[in-house]
Amino acid sequence: MTDSKYFTTTKKGEIFELKAELNSDKKEKKKEAVKKVIASMTTGKDVSALFPDVVNCMQTDNLELKKLVYLYLMNYAKSQPDMAIMAVNTFVKDCEDPNPLIRALAVRTMGCIRVDKITEYLCEPLRKCLKDEDPYVRKTAAVCVAKLHDINAQLVEDQGFLDTLKDLISDSNPMVVANAVAALSEIAESHPSSNLLDLNPQSINKLLTALNECTEWGQIFILDCLANYTPKDDREAQSICERVTPRLSHANSAVVLSAVKVLMKFMEMLSKDLDYYGTLLKKLAPPLVTLLSAEPELQYVALRNINLIVQKRPEILKHEMKVFFVKYNDPIYVKLEKLDIMIRLASQANIAQVLAELKEYATEVDVDFVRKAVRAIGRCAIKVEQSAERCVSTLLDLIQTKVNYVVQEAIVVIKDIFRKYPNKYESVIATLCENLDSLDEPEARAAMIWIVGEYAERIDNADELLESFLEGFHDESTQVQLQLLTAIVKLFLKKPTETQELVQQVLSLATQDSDNPDLRDRGYIYWRLLSTDPVAAKEVVLAEKPLISEETDLIEPTLLDELICYIGTLASVYHKPPSAFVEGGRGVVHKSLPPRTASSESAESPETAPTGAPPGEQPDVIPAQGDLLGDLLNLDLGPPVSGPPLATSSVQMGAVDLLGGGLDSLIGGTNFVAPPTAAVPANLGAPIGSGLSDLFDLTSGVGTLSGSYVAPKAVWLPAMKAKGLEISGTFTRQVGSISMDLQLTNKALQVMTDFAIQFNRNSFGLAPAAPLQVHAPLSPNQTVEISLPLSTVGSVMKMEPLNNLQVAVKNNIDVFYFSTLYPLHILFVEDGKMDRQMFLATWKDIPNENEAQFQIRDCPLNAEAASSKLQSSNIFTVAKRNVEGQDMLYQSLKLTNGIWVLAELRIQPGNPSCTLSLKCRAPEVSQHVYQAYETILKN
Amino acid sequence: MIGGLFIYNHKGEVLISRVYRDDIGRNAVDAFRVNVIHARQQVRSPVTNIARTSFFHVKRSNIWLAAVTKQNVNAAMVFEFLYKMCDVMAAYFGKISEENIKNNFVLIYELLDEILDFGYPQNSETGALKTFITQQGIKSRHQTKEEQSQITSQVTGQIGWRREGIKYRRNELFLDVLESVNLLMSPQGQVLSAHVSGRVVMKSYLSGMPECKFGMNDKIVIEKQGKGTADETSKSGKQSIAVDDCTFHQCVRLSKFDSERSISFIPPDGEFELMRYRTTKDIILPFRVIPLVREVGRTKLEVKVVIKSNFKPSLLAQKIEVRIPTPLNTSGVQVICMKGKAKYKASENAIVWKIKRMAGMKESQISAEIELLPTNDKKKWARPPISMNFEVPFAPSGLKVRYLKVFEPKLNYSDHDVIKWVRYIGRSGIYETRC
Repeated sequence: MTDSKYFTTTKKGEIFELKAELNSDKKEKKKEAVKKVIASMTTGKDVSALFPDVVNCMQTDNLELKKLVYLYLMNYAKSQPDMAIMAVNTFVKDCEDPNPLIRALAVRTMGCIRVDKITEYLCEPLRKCLKDEDPYVRKTAAVCVAKLHDINAQLVEDQGFLDTLKDLISDSNPMVVANAVAALSEIAESHPSSNLLDLNPQSINKLLTALNECTEWGQIFILDCLANYTPKDDREAQSICERVTPRLSHANSAVVLSAVKVLMKFMEMLSKDLDYYGTLLKKLAPPLVTLLSAEPELQYVALRNINLIVQKRPEILKHEMKVFFVKYNDPIYVKLEKLDIMIRLASQANIAQVLAELKEYATEVDVDFVRKAVRAIGRCAIKVEQSAERCVSTLLDLIQTKVNYVVQEAIVVIKDIFRKYPNKYESVIATLCENLDSLDEPEARAAMIWIVGEYAERIDNADELLESFLEGFHDESTQVQLQLLTAIVKLFLKKPTETQELVQQVLSLATQDSDNPDLRDRGYIYWRLLSTDPVAAKEVVLAEKPLISEETDLIEPTLLDELICYIGTLASVYHKPPSAFVEGGRGVVHKSLPPRTASSESAESPETAPTGAPPGEQPDVIPAQGDLLGDLLNLDLGPPVSGPPLATSSVQMGAVDLLGGGLDSLIGGTNFVAPPTAAVPANLGAPIGSGLSDLFDLTSGVGTLSGSYVAPKAVWLPAMKAKGLEISGTFTRQVGSISMDLQLTNKALQVMTDFAIQFNRNSFGLAPAAPLQVHAPLSPNQTVEISLPLSTVGSVMKMEPLNNLQVAVKNNIDVFYFSTLYPLHILFVEDGKMDRQMFLATWKDIPNENEAQFQIRDCPLNAEAASSKLQSSNIFTVAKRNVEGQDMLYQSLKLTNGIWVLAELRIQPGNPSCTLSLKCRAPEVSQHVYQAYETILKN
Repeated sequence: MIGGLFIYNHKGEVLISRVYRDDIGRNAVDAFRVNVIHARQQVRSPVTNIARTSFFHVKRSNIWLAAVTKQNVNAAMVFEFLYKMCDVMAAYFGKISEENIKNNFVLIYELLDEILDFGYPQNSETGALKTFITQQGIKSRHQTKEEQSQITSQVTGQIGWRREGIKYRRNELFLDVLESVNLLMSPQGQVLSAHVSGRVVMKSYLSGMPECKFGMNDKIVIEKQGKGTADETSKSGKQSIAVDDCTFHQCVRLSKFDSERSISFIPPDGEFELMRYRTTKDIILPFRVIPLVREVGRTKLEVKVVIKSNFKPSLLAQKIEVRIPTPLNTSGVQVICMKGKAKYKASENAIVWKIKRMAGMKESQISAEIELLPTNDKKKWARPPISMNFEVPFAPSGLKVRYLKVFEPKLNYSDHDVIKWVRYIGRSGIYETRC
């Protein structure tokens, strides 16, 4: 039988001929004609004009012909809704046919005819088919409910099909169960709030039973559905895991991945001390490795998922490095993914092997792959200190190959190595300088310039090298220009005598001849610094740089947790939440991992806000290797650089006297006066004219040590209870010291004297640092204000609530007791800023069960305002990002007793409430930290 | 779920197009053609996102199969389905080629209608499908009611892969243990990675609904059994193998394997893949390749390669082929080999050395002089590894079939009446030695 003849195109009049053939009396001829129509349809020709003629062929007992006609109907019914009604009768009749195959065919096709008018006629036959005696018809009808729901959701609800569908979950036939689960899951997705897939231990048990019996596809539907369930406690989680693990041996990779998803998710709930937890971890590795022997496309999906799993639970695959070695014939997409995972798994134990491999890869053909391999060598050096030396020598070997892109990539990574291990490998600078001319990519040029500037004192001809770049200053990319500007300023600060001219040249190029505001502003800042106080300039420009992180491209923890819930799906392939690539309301429900202990919280948080990350945005990471210059200038992200003491004179543009003033001290260079940190005025903007003011405004919150928020005084001890003594007070924290501001009022008729105060033991060891000094006797109706300094070195006892403070006050009349709650933020210390890598590492390190989430309502602040407000109370913003239109602030704070609290504050513009997630090793403080946040933000 | 499925020829013309979801329009067909098939660049990913629509594709010879969706589908499932689709088509009409697809387009539409409903994969076992979808169209008219319900119960049933009432005069089964041994060796002879990926393929011609139990020298099983009789452990322990991981055909009862590590199943009729496994420990590497490459000046290379066979002298390896890559600027090659035939193939940039047969514990050698054209290309030659192909009549993993028992309680034949054949074939997978 050769059907290919139908594809041969005939000329004009084809439609007319077909029409004639369709209306022929001969069955064979009719069938031939319909085949031709379908063939034309496939190739994209419009054959909708034949609609009535084709529909006429529908009433036949030839099943093949019938199927062809149905196929045509599904394609064109929408364009000819009125005509499509003609077909309804046949469908209804077919739904009664004694042959189950025909009944199923009819109900299947009817669902595909997406015409509103037809749906009404569909209901009755569908109802019958859902209860059909034949499982084949029932399983087809189950899917049909989903189809109908897609066309007319209201109708499905009104007709009660959802309940029937729910009943099918208890069907005796596993395939019916599987299809019902699939249909319900899909419908539930568009009603995130509904309790459609009402999963409970009983229904879960049914699903687990069906899991053993249904087809491979059905197993996938069921496992994907199970993954949405949150077991009520760890015991239930374990028993489900036990019944899911056999699936890991299934030949179908999708079954395996879906099982992995369920296990990864439920594992969150298991205690790490459990024997079973260890067993489960061990069981996960082999199937993941086996996935790598599947076809390349599946390998790719598997590798993208393994990338997530390795970030979430590195222990699973830590011994499996070898299987990720790249094979010569792997497709490029598999190679690149394997390389990524190799870097993540690199450790001291396997570094020798990894390096040997990477060196091998660096000589391959594909440019992207080679670059990534070179970069990987650099990452290894940074990650595994013991290997750094070998990595550097490998990189030098590669530079010797003189292959242009290899050299450039190597220089970029060597820059990072210099930063990680200062004063260790600078001997290679000479080799790098030899390759100056071959660099044509901005990133490599910028890296090289950075190296020259940073090590200007060791490179004899640094000025010549930098000068050579300066010639084509305006043709360079911004990255290179900025770097060049900084490098020359560095050079000048190190060798002021020989390079005056050079620095003037670059400053004038940057400030006067450039249109780029970033460049201009940075030029002005340097200029101003150099002209007013070179010592401060040195402090700023040559400041110690923060360490660079060991890991790159880590997925942000909350996103990672969400993606773990999507293992196996497209989201896990793209490494983006579904909302980033799915249109409309479907699939935007945020998923999150279940908390460890049993809780009433549902796993699916009800946030359904349309969150669309721009597709181009990489899930980029907080500790992305910091742009060196960025760190220097982004004061709100970098370390607390002590603010330069700025004189208030206005900037003198193009001043000849650029190098006057403090230059002498610079050259003398012996006594470095540390700038008085506390003396920085809160607002530097006003006195300085010109465009600089804006710039400094941004930083005004940083160096200032203004005190944290102080609540108004409240009455702690009413006069009635204390024989006429009324005490009201509040707590403050100012410049690192805590004090209790008291107001004592004498409402009695006699004079009060001999005041003393004592605290009971409390959670943070608060104690008076000095005796309560009331200098004069307190006469009736007199009030005194006293500030009592507090220390945190008193004895400690855990109180309930945690911030409870019991106080005893004595005077000549009696001893009075009261208790008060102090706001936790008075305990936040000034050095509570964590660096970014530390932050990320700590965040990952603190188990998820220690995470607490709070809503702060009615707080219409934007990220900047919130950040500066919090900063004045010693809650420091470590990093900030914008995800899907929301601002995420990552913050750290430290309590007086050394407890670190990490916070993620999510602020949505336009939405007055923000979400606060806190992670801390001592989770009991979270509640109080949250209260502190609320107080600070709302005042 | 899957929103649509398209099949294209190498030029990007649509051969089959089936749309399951409303959100997939006709323009999706063109988007894939323009952005992937006609793209100038090499394909960088099997998943492509174009205008918020995701395309999954696989290629079979020069035919493209693409699945399209706008939702967050299970990506692994989509690829598994595409492979399955290829298997089903191949089972119906052989090779997947443009001609075969055009010749069978009605059949393909029928299959697509059956195995994918609203984008949800349904039963796609060829055994079951062939009972009611045939190349002659659906044979429905002459079916009795019993036949019909038998079809539907098989398609939806617990044992969807086998129908009832199969009868053979001679009950017979064939087991093939097919292994591919993979190796990556450093020039110094250090094993960088080695693993065996094996398959047990079974051809069963058995009557009724036979219950089968398969046993092999799995270390875990043997150690478990050996507990009772200590001396036997030491004897058989040596011959057992450690399986890293295995996966099974859906007929195998996975929960039973998980709890007892026994492999029991009711097999499909005819040929199927019972299991796949992977081992990495104690692999017998049938050949060792010792390369020696010397650069003589800028225009000459001397290559010497020795291969050693490392198995029982009584066994014969077959179809041995050693592929020695040559630089792109090769102008001429002289080869001398002790055994077999060697040829320089300029189009493949390689010297191909073929030996028909080689017994165990032997050694053979080839030497070649490669003349190079002087180039000013700075880029170094990447020195691809030397690869090897061969076939040996044993399992390099050491796997042995211990038994395959057949029980059919309803029909009166016993395990002894079944004729069983076992065969071991070890082939080279990616068997490479760097030079």
